[in-house]
Amino acid sequence: MTTRIKNFEQLKQKYEEYKSLVEVRADLDYDGDQKFILVCGGTGCVSSKSLQIVENFQNLIKEHGLENKVRASISGCFGFCEKGPIVKVFPENVFYVQVTPNDAKEIFEKHIMNDQVVDRLLYVEPVSQKSMHDSLEMPFYRRQMRVALRHCGLIDPEIIEEYIGVGGYQSLAKVITQMTPEEAIEIMKQSGLGGRGGAGFSTGRKWEFGRMYQSDRKFVICNADEGDPGAFMDRSIMEGDAHTVVEGMAIAAYCIGANQGYVYIRAEYPLAVKRLQIAIDEARELGLLGKNILGTDFSFDVDIRLGAGAFVCGEETALIQSIQGNRGEPTTKPPFPAEKGLWQQPTVVNNVETLANVPVIFDKGPEWFANIGTEKSKGTKVFALAGKVNNVGLVEVPMGTTLRQLIFEIGGGVRDNRKFKAAQSGGPSGGLIPEQFLDTPIDYQSLGQIGSMMGSGGMIVMSDTDCMVNIARFYVEFIVDESCGRCVPCRVGTKRMLEILTDITKGKGTLEMLDELQSLAETIKDTALCGLGQTAPNPVLSSLRYFMDEYKAHVVEKRCPAGVCTELLHYEINPEKCIGCTACARACPVSCISGAPKQAHVIDQEKCIKCGNCLQKCRFGAVIRK
Amino acid sequence: MTEQKNPCCTGSNPGFTELGAYIDALKIDPNDPERKEMLIMTLHKAQSIFGYLPAEVQQFVAKKFSIPHAAVSGVISFYNYFTTTPKGKTNISICMGTACYVNGSDKILQDFEKALGIKSGQVTADGRFSIESLRCVGACGLAPVVLINDHVYGKVKQGQAEKIIEEYLIEYGEPVEVE
Repeated sequence: MTTRIKNFEQLKQKYEEYKSLVEVRADLDYDGDQKFILVCGGTGCVSSKSLQIVENFQNLIKEHGLENKVRASISGCFGFCEKGPIVKVFPENVFYVQVTPNDAKEIFEKHIMNDQVVDRLLYVEPVSQKSMHDSLEMPFYRRQMRVALRHCGLIDPEIIEEYIGVGGYQSLAKVITQMTPEEAIEIMKQSGLGGRGGAGFSTGRKWEFGRMYQSDRKFVICNADEGDPGAFMDRSIMEGDAHTVVEGMAIAAYCIGANQGYVYIRAEYPLAVKRLQIAIDEARELGLLGKNILGTDFSFDVDIRLGAGAFVCGEETALIQSIQGNRGEPTTKPPFPAEKGLWQQPTVVNNVETLANVPVIFDKGPEWFANIGTEKSKGTKVFALAGKVNNVGLVEVPMGTTLRQLIFEIGGGVRDNRKFKAAQSGGPSGGLIPEQFLDTPIDYQSLGQIGSMMGSGGMIVMSDTDCMVNIARFYVEFIVDESCGRCVPCRVGTKRMLEILTDITKGKGTLEMLDELQSLAETIKDTALCGLGQTAPNPVLSSLRYFMDEYKAHVVEKRCPAGVCTELLHYEINPEKCIGCTACARACPVSCISGAPKQAHVIDQEKCIKCGNCLQKCRFGAVIRK
Repeated sequence: MTEQKNPCCTGSNPGFTELGAYIDALKIDPNDPERKEMLIMTLHKAQSIFGYLPAEVQQFVAKKFSIPHAAVSGVISFYNYFTTTPKGKTNISICMGTACYVNGSDKILQDFEKALGIKSGQVTADGRFSIESLRCVGACGLAPVVLINDHVYGKVKQGQAEKIIEEYLIEYGEPVEVE
C-alpha cells in the first residue's frame, strides 16, 4: 500500500523514483529502448472510441509479451479536437490523427515492432500537403505556448505518480515549508496573474484580501462551472491534469489561511468529475491533502460539489448560494466573498485555469511568468476555438497574440473557404468582433475597448453564412433562459430584447425598434445586479455597432443577407435546370410544388412554409434560395 | 395536465432504501444551520436512482433534511439539470451550445422531432423516447453533437436522425427495466 509522504525530502525522493515513469514522454533527449503510446482521453476523443483504441493497444502489448518495453495509456486532451482521436507515440513523438480502433494493429505492427511510421495516419498540412510527423512542426502547435495545459497530453491524469514524476506538488511543498503566506502572496502579485474567469482581477490581490479578513474558518473555492456554451478549457484542464488544480487550491488555501476547499463543477462534465475525485483521493492517501500536510501544521482538504445546470452559478456569489444548497441567485457586492462568502466566512473563488497557473509560478518564478504576455496582461490564455474554423480545438497562446494569428495561423482559417465575418469571445457575455479588428492583440484591455471581453476563453468563429442578427438573438435567448429572475433589468429587459430581435428576424422589424433595442441594451448594462445581466447586452450592442447594415437589411429590405432567417427567405425553381424529376414535389410537406413529370416545376409562394426540403432533395441545382 | 402515475413511488421502492442510506450516511443534524450543504448532491443522487424527482421523492428528501418541501422544490425548479417529469428510456439530447448552433444544430433538432413526432421536452406516448436540448457538452470539436443516453454522436448531418436512432438501438439496445 502507498504510505504518506511525510516531508519535502521524501517528496523529492518520490520525484526521483517516479521520473522514469514519464521519461520517455517528457525527456526530449531520451535514448532508451522503451516506447510509449499515448491516446487522447478527452471528451471529444472518448466519444470517438479512444478508450477502445487504448484497450486494443494494451491487448496487443500483452499478446506480444512486450509489457516491459511498451506501455499504452490515456492522457488529457491534446487540443487538436478537429482531428481526433489522436494517438502519440514516444520517444519519436509521432502524432497520428483520426485513428480508429482498427488502426491500432497497424500502428503496433509497423511502428512499435518495426519502427516504421504509418504515413497514412499522419497529419497532412492542408496548404503544403506535407505530412507531418512531429506535432511541433504543425501550424496548430507551432505558435502555442502551453503553461496551464503543460501536462495535458503528456501524463496519465489518473495516476498521481506521473504527476509527481513531472515535479508535481513540489511548488506546494516549497510554499508551505519555506515561505510565509505573505511572501507567497507577494510572489503571486509579482507574477501579474489575473483571474482567467474573464475579469482579469489580480489573483495575488484577491488572496491578499482573503488573508486580511480574520476568521477561524475560511474557504477556497475552485470555480469549475464552465457554463459558457462553446468553451471547454476548464474541462480539459480538469480531465488532463486534475492534480494541478488541487495543488493550486492548496497553495491558495495556505496563503489565505483556509482549511477547506470546494470544487464547484458542472454535472455535465462526468469525466472531469471522475478524474478530479480520483486526484483528490490519491492526494489524500499520500498525505498531500488532509491533516498536517508534509509534516507542517498546514491542514487542508477538498470536496467536490456538483452544479446542476445554471449558467448564473458561474458568478461567484450565485455559486456560493448554490454550494449552500439554495437557488443560485447572486447577492449584491459588497460585501465581496473575500470578506463574507461561503457561510458568511472569508472565501476566495478562483477559476480552474487561474489555479492551474499557480504551481508553475512557484516552480519557475514570478519573473518568468511576468515576462510572458503584454504589459498589463501577463501569462498565457487558453482558448476553445470552435465554430466555423478549420482547426477546432484547445489552444494556449501568450497574451498579446492577435486574433488573426489565433484564427488564421493556428486555427487554419475559416471552414469551407468562406469569408470571415466575426468572432465572438467571452460567450454570451462577450461581443462580436468584426474583421477590421483581427489585428487586435488579445488581452483584457484591448478586447474591452472594442466592446467584447476576454471572458473565460470561448472563441467562436463565424463566416458569411452566419446572420449576426440571428446570433445576437441566439445569445439573448440563452440569457433569457438562464436569467435567475432576481433583478428587473435582467429578468424583464432581456425578454424584451429577445422579442424585438425575434421580430426583426421574422421580418416584422422597424427602424424605431433598432433605437429601442440600443437604449434597452444600454439600460440593462448599467442597472443589472450581477455580471450576467451587466454583460448580457454585449452581443446586441456589438452587433448593432459593427453590423448595422445587416440589421437594416432585415428591417428595411426584409432580407437576410446571410440566408439564415427562414421567414425572410424564399425558394424558387430555375426552369432551365429543372428536369421535372418530381423529387421536390414529393418532399414538400405542404404540397405547394406543382408541375407535370419531365416538365419544369413551380413553387406556390403563398403556400410555401420555407422548410428547405426541396433544396435538399434537388440533385440538379434547380432550387434556389434567395 | 393529468397526474402522472409514479411507478417508482408505490409502496416500498428499493430506491428509497438506497436514497435513505445515502442521506443517513451524511449524518444531518436537524439543528445545523448549514445542513442544506449536501442538498444538491443528494438531489443528484436521487435523480440518478429514480430518473426524475417526483413530489414523493422531494418530500422524502425534505423530511430527511428537516427542511420544508418548498425549499427542495425551489431548488429543483431553479436548476435545469433536475426534472420532475420522467424521460423516455432512450433520451436524445441535442446540443444547442454556440459551436453546435452555428453548425446547424437547430436543424438537427427539427430532424429528430420529425422522426419521433414529438417536440423537444416531450416523451413519446409509449415512453420509449424523449428529446431535449442542452447547453454545450464541451465536445465542440465534434459539432453538431447529439447525445443518446450517455453516448455521443458527433458531426451529425441533416437527414441522419433515423439512422442514428437505429444505430444506437442496434449497438446498445433499449435499456432494460430494472425490477
